[in-house]
Amino acid sequence: MTFEMGRRALITAVAAVAFTGPAFADGHQVLDEIHFLIPGGAGGGWDGTARGTGEALTNAGLVGTASYENMSGGGGGVAIAHLIENAESMDNTLMVNSTPIVIRSLTGVFPQSFRDLTLVAGTIGDYAAIVVNTGSELQSMDDLLAAYRADNDSVAIGGGSVPGGMDHLVAAMVMQAAGEDPTAANYIPYDAGGEAMAGLLSGEIQALSTGFSEAVALAQQGEVRILGVTSDQRVAAYEDAPTMIEQGLDTTFVNWRGFFAAPGISEDQLTAYQAAISSMYDTPEWEEVRARNGWVNIHNSGEDFRAFLEEQEQVIGDLMRTLGFL
Amino acid sequence: MIEGILIGLEAAFSIQNLLMVIAGCLIGTFIGMLPGLGPMSIIAIMIPVAIGIGDPAAALILLAGVYYGAIFGGSTSSILLNAPGVAGTVATSFDGYPMARKGQAGKALTIAAVSSFAGGTIGAILLMIFAPALSSVALLFHSAEYFALMVVGLSAIAAFAGTGQVAKALMMTILGLILATVGEGALYNMPRFTMGMMDLQSGISFITLAMAMFALPEALFLVLNPARGAGQGESGKIENLRFSREEGKAMVPVIGRQSLQGFFIGVLPGAGATIASFLGYAVERNIAKGDEQAEFGKGSVKGLAAPETANNAACTGSFVPLLTLGIPGSGTTAILLGALIALNVTPGPRLMVDTPEIFWAVIISMFIGNLVLLILNLPLIPYIAKILAIPRNYLIPFILFFTLMGAYIGQNNATELLMLVGLGVMATIFRFADYPLAPLLIGFILGTMLEDNFSRSMQLYRGLGFILERPMTLGLLILAALLVLLPSYRARRARNRASGVADGD
Repeated sequence: MTFEMGRRALITAVAAVAFTGPAFADGHQVLDEIHFLIPGGAGGGWDGTARGTGEALTNAGLVGTASYENMSGGGGGVAIAHLIENAESMDNTLMVNSTPIVIRSLTGVFPQSFRDLTLVAGTIGDYAAIVVNTGSELQSMDDLLAAYRADNDSVAIGGGSVPGGMDHLVAAMVMQAAGEDPTAANYIPYDAGGEAMAGLLSGEIQALSTGFSEAVALAQQGEVRILGVTSDQRVAAYEDAPTMIEQGLDTTFVNWRGFFAAPGISEDQLTAYQAAISSMYDTPEWEEVRARNGWVNIHNSGEDFRAFLEEQEQVIGDLMRTLGFL
Repeated sequence: MIEGILIGLEAAFSIQNLLMVIAGCLIGTFIGMLPGLGPMSIIAIMIPVAIGIGDPAAALILLAGVYYGAIFGGSTSSILLNAPGVAGTVATSFDGYPMARKGQAGKALTIAAVSSFAGGTIGAILLMIFAPALSSVALLFHSAEYFALMVVGLSAIAAFAGTGQVAKALMMTILGLILATVGEGALYNMPRFTMGMMDLQSGISFITLAMAMFALPEALFLVLNPARGAGQGESGKIENLRFSREEGKAMVPVIGRQSLQGFFIGVLPGAGATIASFLGYAVERNIAKGDEQAEFGKGSVKGLAAPETANNAACTGSFVPLLTLGIPGSGTTAILLGALIALNVTPGPRLMVDTPEIFWAVIISMFIGNLVLLILNLPLIPYIAKILAIPRNYLIPFILFFTLMGAYIGQNNATELLMLVGLGVMATIFRFADYPLAPLLIGFILGTMLEDNFSRSMQLYRGLGFILERPMTLGLLILAALLVLLPSYRARRARNRASGVADGD
């Protein structure tokens, strides 16, 4: 094992000498090294994203070596502050982040926002879904809304995030799209997705707002029924799940994950990062990592990423103001 | 089922899988022995290795081995150094450490190994026979019942208070509950009591607090009081590894009760090994009689066997919701679930139908793993116990180093070190003033779950109605009241009888 690693490092070193300067073709090395800054502990979603991306980039030969640093604290705020404060020495560092950076900047939990960082690219994402127990009488979003209209209290919708967090926002978005008052819905927060799922299966709550990939795993086991998914079109991974849009609820939502660099890094460096990530999508190494984790490719580079984040910030901000969180 | 067991035996007894069990147990035991490193971090580190193997059964067997090994090894640092590495082994130090201080470290480690083995094996038998049926048990508890269960846990605090210490124990419990409110809770959008410090937003980590309450004051006491260190390692009693026949007899009913109780608490996705070990300790103390009860906290055989049996049984129990429903009951099983999905295995009701070989191979490997751990640990005990014979001027830096490292490595956050030292100084002052520290830690562990489940039930039932509407909640709350009242009633009756006899004279 150690021998192999040593040999691979040697080959990379040789390759790095051979290709002087970045070469932007597929399969050629674009960057010597990337240091991934992970704002949470080992084993979490951010950790998996950074390590999976690093694995694909290095195995495909796009990047020489990848190193990883877990820096948790403040729900990710410590790593953001670290990246900004030490910006000059962080040229080779990419920080992974996701939708919470938008939400937490809005609520003021983070003093900074994505605007204080260099936007590299959004790489993957997961849609959200509303699910019910397989034994439930509710067959569609219409049924759920009808039950809600008949007796507001009888439909408790749970989720694995705090009120004002992602799962709650998705449930509120759906309610708003249906013309209901999003503040009236009884949202029950749980500590984690797993606990919320246990709450649904035990009948404590009637519906659950959760990540689509989590929902698919349980739907395939016949435990839950997906009433609606927040994508534009049905998702290939589970064609049986209808979208919200096709049920007349005009709402979409993507929980994205992507990468940020320190503020003020050079234009060349940024271009190299974006080139490496863009070329990564066509490699079999990435496909293997992606399929293994059940990720959906949602690629937004540079200015597209900025436009995407600004739109999401607008939508979420409006909704949070309606809900009274801002 | 017989067919399943045969499939499992065939899969588990391949050379590769046997090696996996042994490797997993070894790695888990050794890392678990280090204070501050729990199964969660070890499994997170092992996941890339496990996925690299490619065969889901082998990978899961490896990870399960690491999991048991870590729990098994975790008791070692609790017993020898009073530095629990895992939340589930905190209760082990209550009686394990006093026993080691009496020069019976070898015996304590043997009792822990045997109880762990029994708890894990009985748990695996229950899992094998009842797993499919138990999936409904896992869903029996709603938030209201979890709340009531936490109240039962809190009421057990009385068990940790020595005579005349009830008021002190209550104060420490409340302090623990207060500390648990720091940071962003699950139910509120805003951080509480962080004083604007970003590092407090995720709250105080359990491992940091546990290290600060137990390991740091212990090390400081060793420095401050040279006489304390003498006479434990050098006494030469380490060779005394066996427990006596009477002690073995006393352990049997404890192991029997606690494997069942621990297993069922483990099955509940919202409870887990830590709750199981505390409740196990408290229940055994409450039903023990007279002298035996007084022994608890001073090196009781029962007090050590109870949490060790319960935490291992609970770890096995936590595989029920994971394998039959696909629901992770704890942080560790959540990481295991992630690994399984990465290996293209989706746990859930269809796991036993679609891929029975994985299901059964895992269960069979639990038996093998427990056996391997016992065989591995028993001969090593004399050598491990020798840690205490290390001269103090080497031992203290060793404890301090691993304590600080354990607090840092979980979060990779240097502020944890400052918090550890600050809380450690606080704990040392409490110890000088003779305040019990265990209730603080229990209050801290139960606090978050108590609050979350209570407010969730309030929100679901729009008030306190759940107490009357859910019979099981009411039952558990009555049990909690009895746990508080019974000991004082018994004490009063004993006092009255004593004074009655005196009057008659």
